[in-house]
Amino acid sequence: MLVTSLPWRMESQHERSADRYRAGVLKYAQMGYWDPDYEPKETDVLALFRITPQEGVDPQEAAAAVAGESSTATWTVVWTDRLTAADVYRAKAYKVEPVPNSTEQYFAYIAYDIDLFEPGSIANLTASIIGNVFGFKPLKALRLEDMRFPVAYVKTFDGPPTGIVVERERLDKFGRPLLGATTKPKLGLSGRNYGRVVYEALKGGLDFTKDDENINSQPFMHWRDRFGFVMEAVNRASAASGEVKGHYLNVTGATMEDVYERAEFAKELGSVVVMIDLVIGYTAIQSISKWARRNDMLLHLHRAGASTYTRQKNHGISFRVIAKWMRLAGVDHIHAGTVVGKLEGDPNTIRGFYNILREPYNPSDLESGLHFDQDWAGMRKVMPVASGGIHAGQMHQLLTYLGDDVVLQFGGGTIGHPMGIQAGAIANRVALEAMVLARNEGRDIWNEGPDILAAAARTCQPLKAALDTWGEVTFDYTSTDTPDFVPTPTPA
Amino acid sequence: MRLTQGTFSFLPDLTDDQIRAQIEYCLEQGWAMSIEYTDDPHPRNTYWEMHGNPMFDLHDAAGVMVELVDARATFPRHYIKVNAFDSTKGIESLRLSFIVHRPDPEPGFTLERHEVEGRHIRYTVRAYATDRPQGERYP
Repeated sequence: MLVTSLPWRMESQHERSADRYRAGVLKYAQMGYWDPDYEPKETDVLALFRITPQEGVDPQEAAAAVAGESSTATWTVVWTDRLTAADVYRAKAYKVEPVPNSTEQYFAYIAYDIDLFEPGSIANLTASIIGNVFGFKPLKALRLEDMRFPVAYVKTFDGPPTGIVVERERLDKFGRPLLGATTKPKLGLSGRNYGRVVYEALKGGLDFTKDDENINSQPFMHWRDRFGFVMEAVNRASAASGEVKGHYLNVTGATMEDVYERAEFAKELGSVVVMIDLVIGYTAIQSISKWARRNDMLLHLHRAGASTYTRQKNHGISFRVIAKWMRLAGVDHIHAGTVVGKLEGDPNTIRGFYNILREPYNPSDLESGLHFDQDWAGMRKVMPVASGGIHAGQMHQLLTYLGDDVVLQFGGGTIGHPMGIQAGAIANRVALEAMVLARNEGRDIWNEGPDILAAAARTCQPLKAALDTWGEVTFDYTSTDTPDFVPTPTPA
Repeated sequence: MRLTQGTFSFLPDLTDDQIRAQIEYCLEQGWAMSIEYTDDPHPRNTYWEMHGNPMFDLHDAAGVMVELVDARATFPRHYIKVNAFDSTKGIESLRLSFIVHRPDPEPGFTLERHEVEGRHIRYTVRAYATDRPQGERYP
């Protein structure tokens, strides 16, 4: 098997066929980018694309074109290939299969030699894999569904600066999901008023509060105002509860110098966590990750902008790939879906995202959209964040779907509480602890959840008010980003 | 003031039956139980005193409860917590930790503000109890 991939063997064949390098245009498949006999090496980077070829374009040729355009090819033969070990550097499409229940889409598996990539650089990796090929005319649409990174490449990344285990040890919080809330309204509050919301929510019982993605440094609240008032609130709440508390201070700025300046100030004020938005870019994320590692800081990532390219199934990038890139790039928290809240989230697909972030090893599991085995080689784990339209009445569903290692963020579900922000936070914390207690006692929380909440509400007026206000609120819409493989129902 | 460290501090104090049920759950997961106590409840006081080593070889909740009864009798005016430790590779840390005994009353903490240059403030959280020597902190 290995023999076929040795460069000298292929090269000798090509030398026998001078036709291969005669000036002109060849099909990508003829240029060597389609190789159905290729056995991927353990050290190869693998990618799975969903391709929608233009009418009349052969799927294998389309797959070869994707392999070519994301590695060495250009549209015509170039003799300078012969100055290189071209067969090593050529990506190889090695399998093409129709997408289940689709007439025009195909899954194309492509293998890339590890030496095509700069060690430890998401920017370089992505410039190759998604750099040019998404605008390629012979394809109607293209989606990067999944990737497999060899251990040798994983080990070139630092990964999360803190990780789930050490985050819990620093916070001294075990055995339950963490609780958070995003400060609302997201725009317009002065620093002083903003800190009030933070204080009430943290004192009430949340572990974290959060800047929203678009809170940076606006005329109504400059960043230094916010940082100062927020840290007063965090420390007051910590003294009132005896717990470590935190607020994700968003250090996103116009330049990397701004980002570092804001992060340094957060550190100076004693914050345990800083936050960035995905829109700052992969290089900036890796830079601030290294800063966070040097400064013992949790790094929270808000996936601002991700849905522009992750949500539609025919074109873009699956969030499972973004999740893999961000675990490599090194963030401690990332928003990864709620299943039950207001934002996109099919349960099986979300389970796949959470497994990527939290497990030491991902076996392939088509039901949750994981097409490859992925060994994380000891890399630290990323805490997923569930945020957007969730409330205390869903606690049994959240705990069942998402497990313990997650931050549950109730923004409106804390701040909009009829008895006030502290009461909102109390309701969430009591609902959570009651549900964890009941689950550990062996109760069937999926079915008994509403009863467990009602019982806890008998000694907790804020929880009763929360259930009365939001108990019936659901967001029941069909997901767009769903797995293509569903288990065949077995007769009972 | 109620110290709300630990997994279940927002619920009414757990009964011994409830504590035993949590311990049984932990033992079923293969976690090792341990008991710790302190009279310094500062949120960053990581190292509470160990009431013996973690009970790696004890797989019976009743045995852990015996240790807990002993800890309460010995340290009635301390905080006592039960921890569950998971030695699985990649975790090797606590999986559950909850307070099972607390002094009464709990005076809580003060927040000291040290005003430095500009408008900066350096914050220190200090337990009122730790003004007194160890062992004499709660009446």
